[in-house]
Amino acid sequence: MMHVDRYERRWMIATGVTLAVFILALAVTAVIGGIELPGVSERIAPSTVSTSGPFANPGLRQLGPGRYELFIREQTWAFVPNEVHVPAGSSVTFHLTSPDVQHGFYVEGTNIHMMVLPGQVSSLTAAFPRPGTHQFWCDEYCGIAHQIMSGKIVVDPAR
Amino acid sequence: MFARERALASWYIGIALAALAIGTWFGPLQALEHAGVNLYPAASGGVTYYQGLTIHGVLNALVWTTFFIVGFFTLTVPYGLNRPLDAPGLNVAGLILMTVGTVLTAFALLTNNGTVLYTFYPPMQAHWTFYLGLTLVVAGSWVPGWGFYVTAWRWRREHPGERTPLIALASLITMVLWQICTIGVAAEMLGMLIPWSLGWLGGTDPLLARTEFWFTGHALVYFWLLPAYVSWYFMLPKQAGGKLFSEPLARLAFWLFLVLSTPVGLHHQFLDPGISPAWKAVHAFITYGVFFPSAMTAFTVIASLEIGARARGGRGLFGWMRALPWGDPSYAAQNLAMIMFAFGGIGGLVNASYAVNLAVHNTLFVAGHFHLTVATAVTLTFMGILYWLLPHLTGRQLWAPRLALVQAYSWFIGMAVMSGAMHLVGLEYVVPRRVALSQATYVEPAWHALLNDAAVGGVILWISAALFFIVVAGTLVAGTRSAARVEMPVADVYQPAPVPAWLDNWRLWLSFAVLLILLAYGPVLVNLIGTAQLNVVGRRVW
Repeated sequence: MMHVDRYERRWMIATGVTLAVFILALAVTAVIGGIELPGVSERIAPSTVSTSGPFANPGLRQLGPGRYELFIREQTWAFVPNEVHVPAGSSVTFHLTSPDVQHGFYVEGTNIHMMVLPGQVSSLTAAFPRPGTHQFWCDEYCGIAHQIMSGKIVVDPAR
Repeated sequence: MFARERALASWYIGIALAALAIGTWFGPLQALEHAGVNLYPAASGGVTYYQGLTIHGVLNALVWTTFFIVGFFTLTVPYGLNRPLDAPGLNVAGLILMTVGTVLTAFALLTNNGTVLYTFYPPMQAHWTFYLGLTLVVAGSWVPGWGFYVTAWRWRREHPGERTPLIALASLITMVLWQICTIGVAAEMLGMLIPWSLGWLGGTDPLLARTEFWFTGHALVYFWLLPAYVSWYFMLPKQAGGKLFSEPLARLAFWLFLVLSTPVGLHHQFLDPGISPAWKAVHAFITYGVFFPSAMTAFTVIASLEIGARARGGRGLFGWMRALPWGDPSYAAQNLAMIMFAFGGIGGLVNASYAVNLAVHNTLFVAGHFHLTVATAVTLTFMGILYWLLPHLTGRQLWAPRLALVQAYSWFIGMAVMSGAMHLVGLEYVVPRRVALSQATYVEPAWHALLNDAAVGGVILWISAALFFIVVAGTLVAGTRSAARVEMPVADVYQPAPVPAWLDNWRLWLSFAVLLILLAYGPVLVNLIGTAQLNVVGRRVW
């Protein structure tokens, strides 16, 4: 073996312990906190997304009481649809895809943040407990008018 | 001796500097645009925002770094081994390939036929010269690596039982790391992008392309960083009058980077569809692991500098730091770069943190982060190295060293202001990066104050960059010819002890590296390649 200075050994142990604590914290927040990253959803043919399937007529669909799914087609350079109303207290599962190039999707004030690729469906679920407006925008470079790609989710007071 | 190596290195570094000069020009234009001061196309020669952004990224992050690093190693390997290059033809061939590649890519960029950013995600489709050019820069840089390996192999045969000298070993490990990790981007280029851009292939698979890109894309960070570590470990202590504190651990740190640098790339794809969150978590954990050799580096380098500072009369628990040569531009630039890297490393842990990444992904926080790492830890260190290397190569003294000192500090201050504001605005408001914000439809009033701060930092950096090139040009043209050549600083080892053989064992560490890559990337890549659908057609969207 090799000689390691006493202080340097302590430093290395402290670094190892710190990293182990971080890993534990990650696991705890992901599992207990229920933080969800996009995963394997489904593949889709980009040439036909605009003409057939759920992305041909995208929008909000009710699945049950307070439960919705929202299909958004993200294309150069617009969201279809770009304004969506949901009642407060809903849980919404987002499904996005692109018929052309790569895009990004971030909804202000939520954990809905994902990349949107042609050929893949990106899916995540979020709750909207309170009335208000959440802007969303594209955060993956998609061409010369990338900066105008935005829209909003309006959470209406529950009736 | 070594006149040929110096001439070769001068070519590499000259091209690197030209790329940095052009690439840096476009940086502050972006920061100003975000603050509502749109200087495109007036100050950019007709170049648009996204075109300028692509030029900035490709020339600074890929061309400046790669050329400088290969040029630097063209000296550190032969000097470290005290042996001229055994196959200089390979090193010349590499220079030619890389230069032709740079010219091809520059053609696509400057004619606005490659405005795809330096990540060039398909199906956005650039002109074929963009892809072929970058491939030649990358694959071209393998060739001088082979020249180094031949030299090192002959040295080993002639010095049985001896440990490879530190500087040479660290440089060689960096080149090998680079050859391993660039297999990803080479597969992306040769398997998809080049035939597709030439019309031989109808479509690409965007997710597979991203994954192959990031196989290379994060290890790329260590390819940039390790040459700076070579200087911090083995040269900077000498410049401070100190000695290398722990030789075996320095060697171990470089071997750990070889093992851990590549199987971490999925942490750039946390928000991608089509990849299981479990594999993303595996890469997050390994990314934490790669923090370990950086933490070791922090200890060893600081201890080595402390030896120097105390030898120079420094006293006290922290007071010794005042005795470091803060007035020497080469030293100051590198120590300031190191300070910034501490913050860069911590920010990197945030980015790699599976869940926390959601809050900062593709925001200005990330752009702020890599301006601390590649644009300061790496670039400011390379500038500091050049403050002794230019005199070494040209035989002239550094022109206007006071100005060089102002340059180093102003880079540090400008970057602290700009990067600090970028971090904050990304964290607080999730403001996206790489977007023409002054024309964006969703900007909120609260963002402006920090975006304005970032622009102020950008302007300071602009001035600092100008000072740098004035010092470089001044040295080349008006530097006083020195009687004796300025030598490469090489630190002695503090309390030398025998180095165990396993710290000089390529087979051992390469096996670890390959094994970990197969475990962490194998299943993901096999699945993505097996299910690939090359059905997404190319588009020009700029």
